Amino acid sequence: MSVGWEPVIGIEVHVELATQSKMFCGCAVSFGEAPNTNVCPTCLALPGALPVTNGKAIEWIIKIGLALHCEISEWSVFHRKNYFYADLPKNYQISQYDVPVCHDGWLDIDVDGETARIGIERAHQEEDTGKSLHMGEGGRIHAATETLLDFNRAGVPLVEVVSKPDIRSAAQARAYAQTLRQVIAELGVSDARLEEGSIRFDANISVRQGPDAEFGTKVEIKNMNSFRSLEKAVDFEIKRQIAELEAEGTIIQETRHWDEEAAVTTSMRTKEGSSDYRYFTEPDLVPLVVTPEWREHILSTLPELPHQRKDRYLALGVDTQTALALSSADTALRSLFEDTVGAGADAKAAANWITGEVVAWMRRESVDTIDVDSASVAEMIGMIDANELSASAAKEVLDGILRGEGTARAVAESRDLIQMTDTGAIESAVDSVLADNPDAVERYRAGEQKVVGFLVGQVMRATQGKADPKAVNGLLREKLS
Amino acid sequence: MSLADLTITDAAAGLRAGSHSSVDLTEAVLERASMTEAEVHAYLTIDREAALDAARAADAELAAGEDRGMLHGIPIALKDNMCQRGVETTAASQILAGYRPPYDATVVTRLRDAGAVLIGKANLDEFAMGSSTENSAYGPSRNPWDTGRVPGGSSGGSAAAVAAGSALGALGSDTGGSIRQPGSLCGVVGMKPTYGTVSRYGLIAFASSLDQIGPITRTVDDAVAVLESISGHDPLDATSWAGDYPDLTSEIDAGVAGKRIGVVSEFAGEGYEPAVTGALSHTLDQLSDAGAEVVEVSLPTVELALSAYYLIAPAECSANLARFDGMRYGLRVDGETTEELMARTRARGFGPEVIRRILLGTYALSAGYYDAFYGQAHKARTVLRTEFAAAYEKVDVLMSPTSPTVAFPFDAKSDPLSMYLSDVCTIPSNLSGDPAISVPVGLDGRGLPIGVQVMAPAMGEPVLFGVAKTIERLAGFDARPAMVEELA
Repeated sequence: MSVGWEPVIGIEVHVELATQSKMFCGCAVSFGEAPNTNVCPTCLALPGALPVTNGKAIEWIIKIGLALHCEISEWSVFHRKNYFYADLPKNYQISQYDVPVCHDGWLDIDVDGETARIGIERAHQEEDTGKSLHMGEGGRIHAATETLLDFNRAGVPLVEVVSKPDIRSAAQARAYAQTLRQVIAELGVSDARLEEGSIRFDANISVRQGPDAEFGTKVEIKNMNSFRSLEKAVDFEIKRQIAELEAEGTIIQETRHWDEEAAVTTSMRTKEGSSDYRYFTEPDLVPLVVTPEWREHILSTLPELPHQRKDRYLALGVDTQTALALSSADTALRSLFEDTVGAGADAKAAANWITGEVVAWMRRESVDTIDVDSASVAEMIGMIDANELSASAAKEVLDGILRGEGTARAVAESRDLIQMTDTGAIESAVDSVLADNPDAVERYRAGEQKVVGFLVGQVMRATQGKADPKAVNGLLREKLS
Repeated sequence: MSLADLTITDAAAGLRAGSHSSVDLTEAVLERASMTEAEVHAYLTIDREAALDAARAADAELAAGEDRGMLHGIPIALKDNMCQRGVETTAASQILAGYRPPYDATVVTRLRDAGAVLIGKANLDEFAMGSSTENSAYGPSRNPWDTGRVPGGSSGGSAAAVAAGSALGALGSDTGGSIRQPGSLCGVVGMKPTYGTVSRYGLIAFASSLDQIGPITRTVDDAVAVLESISGHDPLDATSWAGDYPDLTSEIDAGVAGKRIGVVSEFAGEGYEPAVTGALSHTLDQLSDAGAEVVEVSLPTVELALSAYYLIAPAECSANLARFDGMRYGLRVDGETTEELMARTRARGFGPEVIRRILLGTYALSAGYYDAFYGQAHKARTVLRTEFAAAYEKVDVLMSPTSPTVAFPFDAKSDPLSMYLSDVCTIPSNLSGDPAISVPVGLDGRGLPIGVQVMAPAMGEPVLFGVAKTIERLAGFDARPAMVEELA
């Protein structure tokens, strides 16, 4: 690969909102039910049925827009996007075109400690389609003998978030998708589950020769079902395009499909001469008006978002990497951190223990959630500060806390892990070790400094490891000099 | 005189006076239908048993002192583009042959709540596209005044039923004149309410921004009675007016003294039959004598209205009718692929006028043409609204012929453009969303009815009905089709 190629990536994200009812009718939004049970005249597009906008969905897209620092249109309209498809009951999708609810925002992402600000072009409201189930011949459309239609998903509120072409690498693409998913999840407006399709990513990719060159021909890639496959697909596509261009080929504007097994993108259809959606204003709906009061009200209901949380953690003294990890960690870990700090623990130490040892313990034990008393964690940190626990002893105490064996002190006592802080007792142990090892004392005095290690070990053994090795070391040197 | 020829007002009074029952009325109407339908073909479906059941229920309620108001026990026809649960509803299209909706349109629910007796589903031009019912896939309706002539359209079946006595009143839908023009051609009252005041939920859409359901009746009072029971906010229709509704009868007996009436000067000249313009002049003279001030008003943009309409309505219909694809209901013609199935179903299921308008609309919305066609049409619509609003600063109502001609013979307007001109006077009110009414005022030399149109600003129904009732009283129009005279 020659130097100088710059990828230009934009990402479109479809988010299914978890409202109680569908976008334009009263049918339940519910997954995994028997086919065609959550349907009505409106979402089946029976003759004469009309759409009515779901106010909750609008509230939620505004929430998403505000979380992404978007401008909220005080006045926006729905359009009909016309195309014939069996799982699209009306054969048009109610969507938005030139005036979306949200536009011109941004989202900060972090890759390897560097923050990049990705522009948000727009977030608009639309509705989902039904599902086609191709029966026979392995479910592939061209070989199917029969197609069944399930309209349970038809009309589920969908928000499309379109980024500006500000993403410059596969890693950034992944970070953008993950960060956006995190924001959506924390707003509580969607299940935000990739595997269930409640959040779906498409990427538009082109490459150009350096940051000042014109944009190249873009290719849209679809069917990435995980963050990992998104990153791999983008990476593959960047390399494919560069290879094409370096072979003096050209890039065809097209849609490509990510084949997870083969780890390649393959051409789905060319865009040239393709669909003209014949957008026009949806005459069955009135313009959407967002009053400044409504906007303010929704703003006041926004939860703290990851980037705000990260800033707050930094201010508490947590280091950057840990703040980043913790601010996007799941709720259980975050509240453990907040509560531990609330119980008086040092924030930096609490963050390090939670993102380090607690997470490692969960991974070791293969558990997804923890139920832990934050006061015990705070107590454990306090005991470390008071030299009552060594670092290794603290890990064992934490293990006991996480296993529900009791408070930090109770665990430390029952597992006999408390460090000796009684200087008199340490001193007498030192004295007896010195008395029992006269030749070692001799050798030290003869200049063999390293023999101190042996003596420390003897003292630690005599104290069953509960003496602070640093204190023992200091005391020994003092007595030997 | 048969009970089938009563006005709703008189029939309602008789029900309460005990001079007849709802069953009597219903039987009279059904009997009339059995005598006229072979010639008139006003109905696609008559639901005899259900109608008689509803009539018996209405009689029982009235006997028990449960009075649901003016329409209680009154036989009413529905245009067949309004969904009625379990009753075949086709919009006069092959593509919906045999289709039985699982739900009631809001107007149907409201008529049921008002105790009306639903007689059946009236014929129309396929998907309400046309001005003669000649576009019905099930054969045209015939004008009771002269069965060699069209009843007008698209609500021709509804108007013919009311004129023939096979319903006391009917609902029509009006996208470009489809209530008023057949009302005029059949010698009955046809009224298009302010857009948004009657729910469109359950009305099979033609052009959503223009469609409006309204009454077709024998008198202005009857139109008021029907409109009162069907209008009002409906949460199932996002374009339904959610604010206050005027009292429809507040000016009904106010007369026209001191009223300013504007005559639209563009609606005259070539293409207007002398009898039609003559009837309008005569009506204006009568109104003037009754104390109204009649002035000429020019609305230059109405000259563009027809063009704008024939871009906006087809554009909307091209999307509205996309759902008829053979996937979920109605006709299905199989194909090798889904696309082929859809294309074949639509090619077979839609008639030529529907296909013409879908193609016209698809073209008008296409990339590269949108601005020149659909975009321009919307600008014209906006200008037209401004012109109407300015006119209503100066006058209380506007008047014109309803249709440039009286009822025309079948096949007389086989060229689509000449047919489209039938609606030249009625289309502007659809584009502006304002209410308008056609009132019969007389007959031409051949004995064919002539109507005049009154238009009012949005929510101006009270003044509209007041002027219309004055016209009705001054005209004293009480002629009936010969076939009705013979049967009565």
